[in-house]
Amino acid sequence: MVNRRVALATALGLSLSTSFTTIALAQAPAGKVTVVTSFSKDVTDPIKKAFEKAAPGVTLEVQNRNTNAGVKYVEETKANNQVDLFWASAPDAFEVLKGKKLLTPYKPKAAGIPEKIGSYPINDPQGFYFGFAASGYGIMWNDRYAKANKLPEPKDWQDLAKPAFYDHVSIASPARSGTTHLTVETILQGEGWEKGWRTLKEMSGNFRSITERSFGVPEAVNSGQVGVGIVIDFFAFSAQASGFPVKFVYPTVTTVVPANVGIIANPPNKAAAEAFVEFLLSPAGQEVLLDPGIRRLPVNPAVYAKAGADYPNPFTDPRFQKMIGFDVDKSEARTAVVDTLFDQLISFQLDALKGVTKTLHEVDAALAKKPNAQAKAAADEARNLIASMPVNEAQAASAELRGAFTGGKEKGARQAELESQWANAARENYAKAKTKAEEALKLAR
Amino acid sequence: MTAVPALSRPKRMSATPGQIALALAIAAFLLFFLVLPVATVIYVAFTEKGTNSFTLINFYDFFRTELFIRSFWNSVYVSAMSVVWASVFALPLAYLTTRFVFRGAAIVQTLGFLPLIMPPFVGAVAMQLFFGRNGSINLLLDDWFGFKIGFMEGLNGVIFVQSVHYFPFILINLSAALRNIDRAMEEAAQNLGSSGFRLFRRIVFPLAMPGYLAGASLVFVKVFDDLATPLLLNVKDMLAPQAYLRVTSIGIADPMGYVIAVVLIVASVVAMWLSALALKGRDYATTQRGGGGLAKRVMSPTEAIFGYGVVILILALVLAPHLGLLLLSFATIWSYSPLPDAFTVAHYARVFGESSIYIKNTLIYASLAGGIDIVLGVAIAYLVLRTKLVGREWLDWTASAALAIPGVVLGIGYLRTFYGITLPDGTPLASLWITIVLALAIRRLPYALRACHAALQQISVSLEEAAENLGATKSRTVRRVVVPLMAGGILAGFVTSFSTAAVELSATLMLVQSNSDAPLAYGLYVFMQSAAGRGPGAALGVVAVILVAACTFLSHLIIERSQKAKGMGH
Repeated sequence: MVNRRVALATALGLSLSTSFTTIALAQAPAGKVTVVTSFSKDVTDPIKKAFEKAAPGVTLEVQNRNTNAGVKYVEETKANNQVDLFWASAPDAFEVLKGKKLLTPYKPKAAGIPEKIGSYPINDPQGFYFGFAASGYGIMWNDRYAKANKLPEPKDWQDLAKPAFYDHVSIASPARSGTTHLTVETILQGEGWEKGWRTLKEMSGNFRSITERSFGVPEAVNSGQVGVGIVIDFFAFSAQASGFPVKFVYPTVTTVVPANVGIIANPPNKAAAEAFVEFLLSPAGQEVLLDPGIRRLPVNPAVYAKAGADYPNPFTDPRFQKMIGFDVDKSEARTAVVDTLFDQLISFQLDALKGVTKTLHEVDAALAKKPNAQAKAAADEARNLIASMPVNEAQAASAELRGAFTGGKEKGARQAELESQWANAARENYAKAKTKAEEALKLAR
Repeated sequence: MTAVPALSRPKRMSATPGQIALALAIAAFLLFFLVLPVATVIYVAFTEKGTNSFTLINFYDFFRTELFIRSFWNSVYVSAMSVVWASVFALPLAYLTTRFVFRGAAIVQTLGFLPLIMPPFVGAVAMQLFFGRNGSINLLLDDWFGFKIGFMEGLNGVIFVQSVHYFPFILINLSAALRNIDRAMEEAAQNLGSSGFRLFRRIVFPLAMPGYLAGASLVFVKVFDDLATPLLLNVKDMLAPQAYLRVTSIGIADPMGYVIAVVLIVASVVAMWLSALALKGRDYATTQRGGGGLAKRVMSPTEAIFGYGVVILILALVLAPHLGLLLLSFATIWSYSPLPDAFTVAHYARVFGESSIYIKNTLIYASLAGGIDIVLGVAIAYLVLRTKLVGREWLDWTASAALAIPGVVLGIGYLRTFYGITLPDGTPLASLWITIVLALAIRRLPYALRACHAALQQISVSLEEAAENLGATKSRTVRRVVVPLMAGGILAGFVTSFSTAAVELSATLMLVQSNSDAPLAYGLYVFMQSAAGRGPGAALGVVAVILVAACTFLSHLIIERSQKAKGMGH
């Protein structure tokens, strides 16, 4: 049988090449330290270079994966772990790893790093992961796009709900992007549950798109496909450094949170992993963050002396001092509920939400010309219908709802049932709001 | 010729021990590298969250959820419409280049194939810069005429991008089929007074049906299961993106994502089964081989102008994304303007040093994967079409189901299944680069399989019987008669598997263990996560496209040469 012979030969060839690679791997340099990271090459390359210079004999092996894939990877491979470090922005990814006992505690020796940045603790209180750079959330826009479409400069979240921004704004889905999740949670904590969701939904009515990865938003703004994006600051700073015509602003309700590094449980090369953490936190490592391609905010205040005058400094800039404190435990308790609510009420109902928002913008324009109390009342009713939530703040953090998402032992509603309920409630409300808004429009004209 | 009842087909001999062993070997391969790894992930679909006991309630939930039902029908609609538009692009290109004396046929075939190799991420960016709401075309339209066209808006945008992206499946399979039609068939029809469109409709196209259906079913299933394009266009209410969004979110260990994956797999297998049903009871084989394909006519000047016009128009449309990619790789800044601000070669300088390792890895992985695929593809096609083994179709369906499995599910499945197996020195099996090759081979197997299947369908069994009557053994017959006659289809399958494997990312991203083992697509991904990396990423994308295009062009030359050689012997 010729085919079988071929198959056999292939199999033989495979096993041969397999053993070659084994030998090659066994002879790899002793000082290899492996890091799983979501950071781009522009961030990892300069840091790798500086680290290998500072610690001769150690090679940093960078495995690039997005945050979620990285967490999954570490989880799936824990039985025979080959990874030393996890290095990413979103603190909640580290919380997940910590919760699954996939991190090793460590006490960094680096000096000069304060306990908190804004009101956010830089390091995990239990010592499982360490902040090495700070990031704030804000609004980024394309200058050429704004000029061509006559957009005003946005200053705050509420500005994005204005009629001028209709169909010009983009955000990443919080379920998919750890950083956007923090932005949403920041708004919810800063403005309160009911008011926060109202702001979010009013903004969302102006969304052009909800992307499935964090970098999709700055990419669309950079290339001018979308005018305005809700992003983490360094996306905007590094785009500016690369020459893109974009601007960025921190709104009044925001927060700075640290990007982190942590040592995986059972690391194959513990000493080198610790050396890498120490390097990142040392003045030399902190200075690399000022590189134009990286542009993150160092956590060592002394390092800002080497940065340019226009470099944002969260330790001295009064804007950052005003920023709200961020309650990590509160966020952690309702992560899945908040993300699912956002997806079911906003992402998957975006067309309906945009439709009624557009009508409401038209009502506002008509009312500005010719005030009409009856029309205004109908429009407000429509707005309240849009803002209404199927779940209140206490329920969102309740054990019952959490059980539906994590698979608790007690028999409650299934996640699919809840999702369906929420989506149906939103759909009905948006349809009712649309009728009300059209009524208002008729009255106002 | 086209509608011979199944009964009149010559009876096949029952299976030989060798055939049984071959079938078992393939079944084992599919079991270990496809079924088991995937099962370790999607069994969750059948369990109750929290208790892990068996249940079908999740499927009940699926059918009760408005979003999923809407997504399902959207996916069906988009897939069907994509097949229609892909046929519109592919038919003229395939027909003109095979039926007429067409200068540059190999170049047209190669260029027409390029859309399939759109590197991840960077391809999307290039396409937006060209066709997007504020892409070059719409900015110019808005400037000159004051309106814009929503090429990339909503479901119609998905249909547009998918049909541009996947029409080469039809082009390549249909071209191979057209080349296999013997000119005697056409001459006979012409002698009986048929010509022009009637000749095409009644004789040529029906004879090429296996090739067309192989391509069309691939387009349908691929579009049905594709998540990258809808997500790039921010269309979420389709089935594959819904599965992906769930499976890859942290903290959501919900069965529903896997339920959707199961629905995708079932729908894909049903689509493949339907396309097989469409060919059932008809015989497409012709005994005459060696006519060198259809008679090539010389075009009259008006025909030539029309012909070249159509070809150039189609190529310009389907290659616009690649032109965008090329511009992007030389651009300094390209933002909200029809063309980049300025040009530079700095991006190529940046990727020059590190791309050699990526190129080497990509060539090794993709050619190994393509090789495995055609060996398996020929073997499975042979078993399905030439033997009466019980359950042989299951090999075909199982292999085809790979099309419907999200790359990330396969990646996680491989980690689960093979990470626990360690080599003597403690390295996990899953950390070897060969795992990437296997994952690529499994993911691209359906492409090669469809091509081989279609090729074998066109070969009359009487040729093999003749060889066996003359004393050749079965294996000798396969080697000396079947495989050479299938050569065009096998090459088509290899090229499709090879080139799509070269730009695959979703499973690779899960399995790459170190930069030195990484293929081009991974290098691209690493670049495309930052503003400064866009140019170098595009440069790497261009390198990938040129690399695969060169390989494709080479194989077209080989096909043409072999066809010519056959033609001369006639």
